[in-house]
Amino acid sequence: MSLHVRRRTTWRERLRHQWSAILWLALVWVLLWGSVTWGNVLAGLLLGLLVVVLLPLPQLPFHGHVRPLRLLALFVRFGLDLFLASFQVAWQALRPGRQPRGAVVGVRLRNPSDIYLTVTAELSSLVPGSLVVEVHRLTGMLYLHVLDLEAYGGVDKVRADVLALEARVLRALASDAELEAAGLATRRGVPA
Amino acid sequence: MTVDWIGVADVVAAICMLLGAFLAFAAGIGIVRFPDLLARMHAATKPQVLGLILMLVGVGLRVHVWSVVGMLVLVVVFQLLTAPVGAHMVGRAGFRTGKVVHEDLVVDDLTADQEAALAEEDAAEAAEEDEGREPSSDAPR
Amino acid sequence: MTVVFVITIALLTVAAGCAIYRAERGPSMLDRTVALDVFTTTIVGAIALEAAYSRRATTIPILVVMSMVAFVGSVTVARFAAAEREEEGLIELPPPVDDRTEEAER
Repeated sequence: MSLHVRRRTTWRERLRHQWSAILWLALVWVLLWGSVTWGNVLAGLLLGLLVVVLLPLPQLPFHGHVRPLRLLALFVRFGLDLFLASFQVAWQALRPGRQPRGAVVGVRLRNPSDIYLTVTAELSSLVPGSLVVEVHRLTGMLYLHVLDLEAYGGVDKVRADVLALEARVLRALASDAELEAAGLATRRGVPA
Repeated sequence: MTVDWIGVADVVAAICMLLGAFLAFAAGIGIVRFPDLLARMHAATKPQVLGLILMLVGVGLRVHVWSVVGMLVLVVVFQLLTAPVGAHMVGRAGFRTGKVVHEDLVVDDLTADQEAALAEEDAAEAAEEDEGREPSSDAPR
Repeated sequence: MTVVFVITIALLTVAAGCAIYRAERGPSMLDRTVALDVFTTTIVGAIALEAAYSRRATTIPILVVMSMVAFVGSVTVARFAAAEREEEGLIELPPPVDDRTEEAER
């Protein structure tokens, strides 16, 4: 696949670009041990260093910049949606009588770059009553399974919801140029 | 007037526990009642994840130790990251190996697109012998 | 407070029972995977319940380990199940009747 370009990186390059991964791994290590001591922090940093140097991952091209307020809005909305979706599925499961009839709906995302595709797929698996069955990286197609299409409100509602979710992700993470390309430049009228 | 914060925390913890257990219960019922694999996976992801999160919040409110809160946060983050990935892996495996009964689906864009892509590939192969094995990715929508 | 815990235990027990039932019945290996995943998460919930009831923190590391192991397990089975070639799997699906006849023969 032409997308899997495995450029060989030296360990110096990896250290320069992925130092934040080392910090995250050290944080996880400290949380696992449950107390902040010098020994834990140093051991976490050492292990993170080993993981980054010895087990290289391909780098994701990320050109956007993070907007904290939009990111917060994304998280808050995600939490609310998680509550709603959970209780909807619970109601579907407990409701006597009718069995739900599912559907697989394809949605073409606006920006098919890896990182936004991943975030959108991950969030939409948990949130709007859907589940990602298949992802097509080249075209940016997301195939979602919907539990009960009729109760959800039809194919167009699924597509609109996923695109709205993607818009929230892009607004939180993408650069201005990418927003422009996706047709989401800072107009106020678009539902965020 | 002093507020009994530990009592308040206990009540909130009890509510969280009850809600979480109810969602886990609904997930179990859904696993049994839903008709096909993909529908069952819905039950296994959404209520299950939120149910576990609520129960862990309950634990955090009952056990007043900071190191425990760190570990619980770790479990929650891990659940949120891994549950969709696991569900996607299982769902994709099911779809690719034909465990999904296509007649039960109201709309099935994926099969339609795959068939369109296959048809396009066949047409291209018929037209040109050296088209290669790469499936055409631009399925018409 | 004890009433709350009794209700919670009852709900979790029913959930675990349902998961076991589906794991026994489940027509395909993937159904069983999903069911066992739910079962593991229910057990994690039960351990969390015990920790909350007794206000002890000693069992919390078990939660961390089990939630990670459950994920690795289900992904492994999914990879294993998807290992057959795509086009073969889509055409040659075993008829669901086989499951029943095998059970009858046993």
